[in-house]
Amino acid sequence: MEDDKIALINAGFPSPAEDFMDVALDLNKVLVHNPASTFFARVKGLSMIEDGVDDGDLLIIDKSAEPYDGCLAVCFVDGEFTLKKYKSMGDYALLMPANKAFQPIRVDENNQFAIWGIVRYLIKKM
Amino acid sequence: MVGLCDCNNFFASCERVFRPDLNGKPVVVLSNNDGCIIARSNEAKALGIKMGTPLFQAREVIEKHDVAVFSSNYQLYGDMSNRVISILKETVPAIEVYSIDEAFLNLDGLPLEGLQQKGRDLSARIRKDTGIPVSIGIAPTKTLAKIASKLCKQYPKLQGCCLMYRPQDIEKVLRKFPVGDVWGIGRKYRKKLALMGITTAWDFCSLPRSEVSRLMSITGVKTWLELHGEPCIEFAEVPQDRQTICVSRSFAHDMTDLGELDAAVATFTAKVAEKLRAQRMKAYVLHVFILTNRHREEKPQDYSIRTTGFEVATNSTIEMTDAASTALRAIYKKGFGYKRAGVMVTDLVDSNKVQGVFFDTVDHEKQDRLMKVIDSINSVNGRSTVRIASNGEMDQFSTRAHVSKRYTTRWDELMEVVV
Repeated sequence: MEDDKIALINAGFPSPAEDFMDVALDLNKVLVHNPASTFFARVKGLSMIEDGVDDGDLLIIDKSAEPYDGCLAVCFVDGEFTLKKYKSMGDYALLMPANKAFQPIRVDENNQFAIWGIVRYLIKKM
Repeated sequence: MVGLCDCNNFFASCERVFRPDLNGKPVVVLSNNDGCIIARSNEAKALGIKMGTPLFQAREVIEKHDVAVFSSNYQLYGDMSNRVISILKETVPAIEVYSIDEAFLNLDGLPLEGLQQKGRDLSARIRKDTGIPVSIGIAPTKTLAKIASKLCKQYPKLQGCCLMYRPQDIEKVLRKFPVGDVWGIGRKYRKKLALMGITTAWDFCSLPRSEVSRLMSITGVKTWLELHGEPCIEFAEVPQDRQTICVSRSFAHDMTDLGELDAAVATFTAKVAEKLRAQRMKAYVLHVFILTNRHREEKPQDYSIRTTGFEVATNSTIEMTDAASTALRAIYKKGFGYKRAGVMVTDLVDSNKVQGVFFDTVDHEKQDRLMKVIDSINSVNGRSTVRIASNGEMDQFSTRAHVSKRYTTRWDELMEVVV
């Protein structure tokens, strides 16, 4: 108790920055536009490495976003999640890998297919 | 107008968000300890699986129809619930969170025309953003809004929102609606009313008010008025202060060891203290109770409770754990197998209005500061990062054989996307 009092008296001259205080930068504000629809996931695999998506990277996914041509989409195809570039071809769609060793996946009405969310940011450890 | 937003088969729907392969397939979620079925997808309901069925009784149908079974994952459900609530708060002037999967919406002042479409848009947005399907009922009273949201579930054509306000529409609905399913009627009154030949909500509405007040309590009259379109149940934006807080669990196995039991009671106490602090309350009285397994009739049975009072109301984990441990030692008997234990606090007061005593032996300010530090560390680094040495983890006292990942609250349990 006593110490607190002394500390108060010794607080000294007020900080010249006091009137100019700003809120520290918060990465959430930049990376998460819509907290209710944002989910995080971990990348596993190599099919997108040519686009810089490496094994172990952290995905920031927005479920609310509408897919657009060429977007990086978390897709659900025939019982499995996958991450590919989405390309609409009218009555079918192509899920494009970014690794020469992989083939594009063609999906149409015969597949169980849904876009789960769109990747907004990718975080990687250097 | 009042709206009710109800998440469809909430726990099962939460599991499905991360397991789209289970869409269209039967899913059930179990209670703590995997005891009973507490949530079912529509497909599981169609198989005749009833709410509250013990898991072992449903084994056959589960295996036969390949039903997906999940242990309850409250970390996940709590987070998904917060997401839904945040969208509601953003869209609607005021909301009242009624339970983990239901919230009332105050729609006063919004024009009637376009309300149905607004409801549909809101329902679609929640579905798109969170993956959770919801049913929104809109009506002149809370009780009618509940009925409207149930209709919404029955009729997919309504596209997630049912607006019901014209007297002739309400009558049409109430004529088909079982009186026992009306909010506030309950099992006891359903039986009583059935004996009088009253089976639908409309039958009940058609009773004279005097007859209702003769038959039932004031709640019954309120329900009757609400069904007539007269709002009687207030809109409580801020949840009312709770007068007791209780945390108790059944154990996976019967506990005979005092040390083991002590760890469980300490964990429950920490949880209670944390809840007290979150509500800015302190307690004067703490109860500890333990009970043996009723289903093992051949074993000696015991149910004991011990009540301790604090001279100065507290919400300190340390002080409460001490008291709880002493209480436990006073009631524990060697040779008994305890199946359940719990900690409850009563006589709660606002933590700012606590009266001190002259010869206080506990430094309450210091305790308050310490608790603040513990709470803030735990809120940043995850629950139970800092805890009293005698505490266990809440989860360790239960069996959860089918638990899914805590996808949204733990960094080490994120979903994995195979690319």
